[in-house]
Amino acid sequence: MTGADVAQPLLELTGATVRFGADAALDDVSFRMFPGEVHSLMGENGAGKSTLIKAITGALPLDAGRLVLDGREVRFARPHDAQRAGIGTVYQEIELLPNLSVAENILLGREPRSRGVVNQRLMRRRAGEILADLGLDVDPASPLGMHSVAVQQLVAIARAISTDVRVLVLDEPTSSLDLDEVAELFRIIRELRARGVAILFVSHFLDQVYEICDRVTVLRDGKLVGEYLTRELLRIDLVNKMLGREAGEFKARERTFGEDADQPVFLSARGVGAGPGIAAADLDVGEGEVVGVAGLLGSGRTSLARAITGVAGLDAGIIRIEGRPVHLDSPRKAISLGVVYSSENRRVEGILGELSVLENITLAVQAQRGFWRRMRPARQRELAQSWVEALGIRPPDLDRPAGTLSGGNQQKVLLARLLALAPRVLVLDEPTRGIDVGAKVEIQNLVGELADNGLSVVFISAELEEVLRVGDRVAILRDGRVVETLPSHDVTVDSLLALVASPDDEQEG
Amino acid sequence: MSVTTTERRPVRAESRTAALQSFLGRRAPWAPTIAAVVILLILLVGAEAFLRGDFITARNLSALLLDNAYLLVLAVGMTFVILTGGIDLSVGSVMAFTGILGAQLISSGVPVAVAVPVMLAGGAAVGLLIGVLVQYFDVQPFIASLAGLFLARGLAFVVSLSSIKVEDAGILWLQSNRIRLGDWYVTPTGIIALVVVALAAFVLHLTRFGRTVYAIGGSEQSARLMGLDVGRTKVAVYVISGFCGGLAGLMLTAYSGAGYPRNGIGTELDAIAAVVIGGTLLTGGRGYVAGSLIGVMVFGTIKTIISFMGAEQSWMQIIVGALLLLFIVVQRGIVARSEHRR
Repeated sequence: MTGADVAQPLLELTGATVRFGADAALDDVSFRMFPGEVHSLMGENGAGKSTLIKAITGALPLDAGRLVLDGREVRFARPHDAQRAGIGTVYQEIELLPNLSVAENILLGREPRSRGVVNQRLMRRRAGEILADLGLDVDPASPLGMHSVAVQQLVAIARAISTDVRVLVLDEPTSSLDLDEVAELFRIIRELRARGVAILFVSHFLDQVYEICDRVTVLRDGKLVGEYLTRELLRIDLVNKMLGREAGEFKARERTFGEDADQPVFLSARGVGAGPGIAAADLDVGEGEVVGVAGLLGSGRTSLARAITGVAGLDAGIIRIEGRPVHLDSPRKAISLGVVYSSENRRVEGILGELSVLENITLAVQAQRGFWRRMRPARQRELAQSWVEALGIRPPDLDRPAGTLSGGNQQKVLLARLLALAPRVLVLDEPTRGIDVGAKVEIQNLVGELADNGLSVVFISAELEEVLRVGDRVAILRDGRVVETLPSHDVTVDSLLALVASPDDEQEG
Repeated sequence: MSVTTTERRPVRAESRTAALQSFLGRRAPWAPTIAAVVILLILLVGAEAFLRGDFITARNLSALLLDNAYLLVLAVGMTFVILTGGIDLSVGSVMAFTGILGAQLISSGVPVAVAVPVMLAGGAAVGLLIGVLVQYFDVQPFIASLAGLFLARGLAFVVSLSSIKVEDAGILWLQSNRIRLGDWYVTPTGIIALVVVALAAFVLHLTRFGRTVYAIGGSEQSARLMGLDVGRTKVAVYVISGFCGGLAGLMLTAYSGAGYPRNGIGTELDAIAAVVIGGTLLTGGRGYVAGSLIGVMVFGTIKTIISFMGAEQSWMQIIVGALLLLFIVVQRGIVARSEHRR
């Protein structure tokens, strides 16, 4: 509608190619950003999104192609050069320093100095101005580490815009924020857009992309698929362009659980409390049932998972397995009783990136058998091979370091490791976070199949839609308590949203 | 999530508890250092009560600084290194090496004006070697500085196998000259040590270099992405530590009136202990030079108390060991709490 289409792009990348050895991670891609526009970069994992971002922000050199900023060709040798040229970046993992003050985190590297001496007072005042400009009321002198992840994220943005920023790159900024915090972030993005900043917003959440972005560029296998105006592109078309095929639809499975709760309950938790995260939570998981757990960040989702899998010790409450009270004081004990846990933090607490797929899969089985009862190598291979085939892990190469697999396949390797233990209950905490749409659907289908074979699953996810699709029943968490458990066919995404978000004041008594 | 919302909009000063919380929040990093001060006071008052008023005297407290001046200088250098998350095991040997080197030079007629800079430069050179190993050859600081420890100790023995007396008046003046105020006194070595502390505090808190030291301890990767000069800073902290080793060598030579190649065996561990007791986190990024000053004073006070009581010196090590354990547990608590908050 506006003249955005005919306006001069602020940043223009043409014919960009980046090679890693023989593979082209980015192959002759063109990309442009306009001032006062929010642009999204979409594509599956491995499509070249991060490579493109790195090329723009100076973290990777281009093998071919040119980058034009404001009409002039530029070449960045390191991230610092891009920063100086007015390209600010906020990375997915917050790259700040929790031990320093908020003010230092915003201004360090270009702090006000007189004759080499840092002027702390002036630095605090400037940081305060930048924060106030963003509508944030944070004490600039306080250590960053005492603030929540959301505030830290916003401080990272404050740092990025504290220079004369004209292009702001946000790589998965919302992956650890709850709904309120996302709204706050979007308010700031809109404000920056109004000031004429060109913003690149990369996210896996389609909803958010549609809410905030004006324009979207789709990449696939390192190649450009096309550039579209968000308002002219249907969501299903976008997904098709990303995948280059119809997205595998989730097979709705027979809902065997619901109102008639006469199925045997396998694991039951009553009044479980562990640390500050979870207090007095009740949860029942039937045999072959998938219980979805929905709740906002901080509602105790992860704490609940850790409490029922022996990772965190219980402060209160009791857990029964097949009716017998059990004392789960360690993951090892829980595993021996058939309860296994997959952490939300795949990279840190799950995959051992330098070990091979084979080793990653057989690790837990071997640990369970003990040091003296080693598995024969041939038996190990056989076991790992069967899981690689059963779960469709790609590439099906047992000796490849697990860290080189895509996110979705790493998740499958983790699942294989746990399934090799022949568990009765599988507790999955955010199994589909940060993996592409296609692999997401595969994992969801897999969970359904496993449940059909009698495995009980606790499926925790921040995406309400996913919880509803996968779960037979949905347990709703709020402020560390399970406030309700409903059959998922009685709930819609909207009603679930209301349940998850509503305040806790009517729950007393 | 209620936590998040209050943090995002900190309540203004109208509410007194909130103001207090914000005050405490800002100063939370000082907690371990304040704990060290409390321990120091307990030690002093306890010893005073136990020894019926013979302990807290101007003479004793003055001697505390004099006797531990060299350790204080080592601890300051060590603080820089530990703040970046590194460690420097070489400083005890560096102190012995520069001490014996200086004594040898002076006794063979080299003027003090040449010998002293050579001592300081010798210490800095060992530090430079360690820093380059750590930064450019990606060697663990523990291993790199262990190599430095052996190297410096070996060099000390190459210079001389036995002690060399120093009779130069200028060097001995550093130790013997006492600036008196009533019963209190301070020697030039004490003044040097305190100036080193003040200088280090200034550099660490008010220069970009100093803030980069803290930033590296917080996260090296983040510091690099912020455009800070990580490489040069990391080398520089080892050079500073080595330089402090050289300066401590000079001070110890003045203190004992001789250079001796077996000086300072295990002193690097005393320095590390003092830094940790003073509240600096071994993982880096948190701590203060002022804390290291307190740590050295705690260390020295324990030593004095033991010798006053005429007890075995091994008790010294037991008590320091217990204090270290206590502080490491406290530190773990602090780290766990800050991780929990995230």
